Amino acid sequence: MTQEHMHAAERPPALSVGPLGWARANLFNTWYNSVITLVILWAVIQAVPPLINWAFIDAVWGGGEPDACRVEGAGACWSFIGEKYRLILFGLYPFAEQWRPLLVMVLFIGLVVATMRRLLWGRSLIAAWGVSTVVMFALMYGGFLGLPFVANSYWGGLPLTVGLSTIGLVVAFPLGIILALGRRSNMPAVRTLCVVYIELIRGVPLITVLFMASVLFPLFLPTGVTIDKLLRAQVGLILFAAAYLAEVVRGGLQAIPKGQFEAADSLGLGYWSKMRLIILPQALRISIPPLVNTFIGFFKDTTLVIIIGLFDLLNAAKTALTDRAWAGFYMEAYLFCAIIYFAFCFTMSRYSQNLERKLRTGHARR
Amino acid sequence: MAVDTLHVSDRASLWNDPRGRAIIYQVVVIGGVVLLFWYLISNTMANLERQQIASGYGFLDREAGFEISESLVSYSAASTYGRAFLVGILNTFKVSILGIVFATILGTLIGIARLSSNWLVAKLAMTYVETLRNIPLLLQLFLWYGVITVSLPGPRDPINPLPGVFLSNRGFIIPVPEAHLGYTMAAVALLVAIVLTVVVNRWAKARQAVTGQPFPMLAAGAGIIVGLPLLAWLAGGAPVGFDVPELQGFRYVGGVPIRPEFAALLFGLTTYTASFIAEIVRSGIQAVSYGQTEAAAALGLRKGMILRLIVLPQAMRVIIPPTTSQYLNLTKNSSLAVAIGYPDLVHVGNTTLNQTGQAIEAISIFMAVYLGISLGISFFMNWYNRHIALVER
Repeated sequence: MTQEHMHAAERPPALSVGPLGWARANLFNTWYNSVITLVILWAVIQAVPPLINWAFIDAVWGGGEPDACRVEGAGACWSFIGEKYRLILFGLYPFAEQWRPLLVMVLFIGLVVATMRRLLWGRSLIAAWGVSTVVMFALMYGGFLGLPFVANSYWGGLPLTVGLSTIGLVVAFPLGIILALGRRSNMPAVRTLCVVYIELIRGVPLITVLFMASVLFPLFLPTGVTIDKLLRAQVGLILFAAAYLAEVVRGGLQAIPKGQFEAADSLGLGYWSKMRLIILPQALRISIPPLVNTFIGFFKDTTLVIIIGLFDLLNAAKTALTDRAWAGFYMEAYLFCAIIYFAFCFTMSRYSQNLERKLRTGHARR
Repeated sequence: MAVDTLHVSDRASLWNDPRGRAIIYQVVVIGGVVLLFWYLISNTMANLERQQIASGYGFLDREAGFEISESLVSYSAASTYGRAFLVGILNTFKVSILGIVFATILGTLIGIARLSSNWLVAKLAMTYVETLRNIPLLLQLFLWYGVITVSLPGPRDPINPLPGVFLSNRGFIIPVPEAHLGYTMAAVALLVAIVLTVVVNRWAKARQAVTGQPFPMLAAGAGIIVGLPLLAWLAGGAPVGFDVPELQGFRYVGGVPIRPEFAALLFGLTTYTASFIAEIVRSGIQAVSYGQTEAAAALGLRKGMILRLIVLPQAMRVIIPPTTSQYLNLTKNSSLAVAIGYPDLVHVGNTTLNQTGQAIEAISIFMAVYLGISLGISFFMNWYNRHIALVER
């Protein structure tokens, strides 16, 4: 054997590399997977082109008359959304003033984007949130600098959904921490109270809590004192969220090794310093991923305020559908809302997964 | 305080003794809660008196005066409020139990599909889970309700996908087996067969533990569960009659109607909860390390046995507790029925509340029923969980 008889290195079989190889490994690796793949491909070919036709090609775009959508063979009626998007996004807020909720939403989303960058976490961010909250409320209410006053019964749409969930969480969070600490307390009376509260709220649907807020709160108050519907719903949501957040925080507290408590005790720290300086920073860090999941659930749950008649995003879409001229375009309205909800929730869940990877510093017992 | 302790030389003061301090704290907390309740209750009493609402559950005996669109027990507008609540509770149970069964089946299938080696299947399952989990359930219910009541054709001109099945915007009509002794006997035989299978399974396990002889339990169980009802059906005269609905003039004769509210609620609850159960099943299976499978294979177990004897029992321990809370969520979410008009407990209670003004009583009934269901489910699942939990030394 000499050099010239040696073959050049052979290429791998064509069916094991490249797209073909990938398809063989992932789509046709066994006979039943091949069958399943073919069935799914057939179904996709059957379903996707009509769907694309409906949503894009045959769809009626731009503003216009509802009659254009009622033609035989017309697809999605996006002109309905074009006509009604301001009602859906901002509810019954006075039409000429809707730049105010729009500005509020831009400010809010800007803050959220800033908060998602961990580099910016700190006191100045908290201060920015505080200042912005005042600005946002001022913009929504108006009544100064020539801005007409808008009562909160006219608020609606996306700002209401976002506001109810954000304020609900911000207020419920400290309450939840206190409830969680109470549930882990050595004092039997405190512990029992917290357990009863948490289990009572978690055992009933949010609807009953909202009913209670809307029907029973007026009865609880002294005669003559009234609180408006929005505030009642907000209080109901806070009471509800606190119980769920308490359970998440308790999970974090339970994951902290006993040595940490003992070390803090042996340093002579009192209960509150021990919790504030040693235990809670670790417990909350562990709880961030489940906390974000609770946030997502809570954001979706705010749709239930529709039951007590508030104009959140979903209710505004429902109201847009009551216009007789545009009756029947429920699919477009709900898809529009679904996309907005999906964008918020999906971003949060992806962010939580990302954060979970970054925060995995070995504190959690795994 | 430092000055105080100087005076008390041998014993700390009550305030500086942790136990004493705990007592003071608890007295303060309880006192505060009692004061708050007293304040709320006295306000409520005053308000009720001013509005002249008599409190108490006496209204449950009065005539309700409203119709309920579907009911498992006989009910009419002349029935009492108490009966209306019973109808609502039964309707809540009906949709919750069916929802739990269907969501478990669908969720398990999708969870396993997410782990499929087939790329298309895994991606489709992932898309399903991500989409449904990130859209509010209420929106999904509205959407399904719209699909049924707006997009389906009218009852004069229904979609007829299978013979005897009619889909229209007034709901669905499906055929059911007609009343016959043979069907009844088959149903009874099925129950007997299930009990018998459990008994045989126990006996087979005990025998294997003593003698080491395996028993073909899977084949025997399947034989009993399929065979016994079949025999009973044959013995009962082998009826084949179905009560097939027919369109006669303006209405259907025969079959069982499924109202659009119920269909939309059941479908929405099932598909939504299934997306959560799918994630639980997936993570449960992934929590069993691959070494377990390899060790079982090294012992010479076949593929089916590895799944049944090694992987599933371990995965179940991870799966059961979060699935329990999904069952509870489904039951609580069934209260969204009020938004699309399915007469569940909250819907009936809301109507009652609006008619009688008995807000406290109606809401207390809601809370009592849902708390009861929650405690019941968690009690059962805790028992089951203990039953399968790892027995450690």
